[in-house]
Amino acid sequence: MRTLLTVFVKEVIDNFRDRRTLASALIMGPLFGPVLFAFVINLSIERSLDDVDRTMRLPVIGQDHAPNLVSYLRSHNIEVIDGPESPEEAVAAVTTGEHDVIVIIPASYGEQLAGAIPARVELISDQANTQADRDARRVRMALHSYSQEIAAIRLLARGVSPQVLRPINVDEVDVSTPSGRSAILLGMMSYFFIFALLMGGMYLAIDTTAGERERGSLEPLLSLPVTRDQLMLGKIVATCVFMAVSLMLSLCSFYVALRFMPLEQLGMTPNFGPDVVIAAFLVLSPFILLGASLMTLVASFTKSYKEAQTWLSVVLVAPTLPILIVSILTLRPKLEFMFVPSLSQHLLLVDMIKNEPVNLTHVAISVSSTLAIGALLTWICARLYRREGLLG
Amino acid sequence: MIRVSGISKSFGDVRAVRNVSFEAPDGKITGLLGPNGAGKSTTLRILYTVLRPDEGQATIDGRDVVEDSLAARQRIGALPHGAGLYPHLTARENIAYYARLCGVTKDRVDARVENLVNLLEIGDFADRKTKGFSQGQRTKVALARSLVHDPKNVILDEPSNGLDVMATRSLRELILRLKDDGRCVLFSSHVMQEVAALCDDIVIIANGRVAIDDSADGIRKRTGCEDLEDAFVRAIEMVEPT
Repeated sequence: MRTLLTVFVKEVIDNFRDRRTLASALIMGPLFGPVLFAFVINLSIERSLDDVDRTMRLPVIGQDHAPNLVSYLRSHNIEVIDGPESPEEAVAAVTTGEHDVIVIIPASYGEQLAGAIPARVELISDQANTQADRDARRVRMALHSYSQEIAAIRLLARGVSPQVLRPINVDEVDVSTPSGRSAILLGMMSYFFIFALLMGGMYLAIDTTAGERERGSLEPLLSLPVTRDQLMLGKIVATCVFMAVSLMLSLCSFYVALRFMPLEQLGMTPNFGPDVVIAAFLVLSPFILLGASLMTLVASFTKSYKEAQTWLSVVLVAPTLPILIVSILTLRPKLEFMFVPSLSQHLLLVDMIKNEPVNLTHVAISVSSTLAIGALLTWICARLYRREGLLG
Repeated sequence: MIRVSGISKSFGDVRAVRNVSFEAPDGKITGLLGPNGAGKSTTLRILYTVLRPDEGQATIDGRDVVEDSLAARQRIGALPHGAGLYPHLTARENIAYYARLCGVTKDRVDARVENLVNLLEIGDFADRKTKGFSQGQRTKVALARSLVHDPKNVILDEPSNGLDVMATRSLRELILRLKDDGRCVLFSSHVMQEVAALCDDIVIIANGRVAIDDSADGIRKRTGCEDLEDAFVRAIEMVEPT
């Protein structure tokens, strides 16, 4: 136990002295998530606000032929402006991207409308251009509702209720709550937490085997009258502590970052208060032992610091895999999933963010299975540390 | 007292050490001499228990290096070839870390470190981080570190490698001081003059086998060469490569 503590204290001091490594572990890891997140959220807010409020400028050719239609468009926040002279020029203007959408009202419009013949209106757009397509959709919707209004008036004039045109009325009931909606977007948060957790201990995990070997300090260490298990365990414990700190920092930085994100505008109120921060830490903490032992194990097979770094970047990404699969297949939390590390933590976290009751059986399975796998990997690490091949 | 009897070690097809036997008594300096790749390091690594012999036996003060490796390590101070320090710790911290690992109690760690700092005359740079130390400074700190538990047997693998004249000289004085303390000193080298100047006994190894195990004078006599370098070459030639 004394040996373990000595190794632990030395590793902590050593790691703290290495400022650059420390910075990348404890600043890069925890901040990467919130920064990326803030960026994505702000972008999507900007876009969605775009759609509703922005006044759209729409070139219309032949405005004189349909003054009512033009004023209808204006009342729907579409500013009608003068377009190119001819239809040919209009097509050219859309093709080159000078305008996104152009509406052409032929001279025959008034006549057709008066004769109750479907009146022709042309809408020119490039459907391959997604940005332009959103504008085109808006114009199409406006034209469609204008058409509906005229239809209703015509029916009324003939003494028919416009309701005959609506045999079915669809009422949509959305049961999602603001917290629930946020889970879709915030679901990726759980990966950032795991990422930060692993980053926090990565350099120490490398140092334990590949680093010590490369520096030539492993052999003198192993020739001391100390059991190797204790050396290994001390190093793994130190790695765990750095991972825990990194995880806590990551949770806190998210907590702070979420205060500054106007998520309500997206109809989301994530349940991420101080109590959830603590609960999330507890749910994620069993993953620390697994992460530390897995990284140490992988690093012990490598020949050099560089090789270890390469392999450990793979380990950094590996926990996303189950999360990704479940997200794509949109699977609901099931008992079996709780046996899978990273996935179980992800699902439990999503439940918490959604403010749904967390199944305690699920928590128990997640914690115990993750800890069991972590303990197994630690045991394998200790076995490997006894090999003479460790010296490379 | 180090006793080696008939140890062999192979790495795949390479037979690094074959049936090596010798003794290194207390209060004497024993030199393991041989060209590069002769099997010196492998032999020493078996002695400080990071490698296991395929055959044969080795004991440190009667403790078997395989069966009772922890007790054997307790009695050895080892300076492996190219031993590295922790660059972010000071020399003193490097030594103190090993002292704590070896079970030196908290209140005695500082005194023990101070003791070694004085013994190895590293006071000038003891409180600097070891990053950027010269090879000589590094070797001295590593040697101090390996002596924290006051071992009766000291194993040094090519300690003079990469040292300049002054550093080599002070290392030599240090080794003699260890001998005067009554310790058993076993060190390897590929430089004949160095070994001849220091050692009471010389074990010449070539191709993983012991060529000659004798004093410097004994080696001169048995090879029939007055010049030690010639004697060294002659001894190596006596072991035919197979």
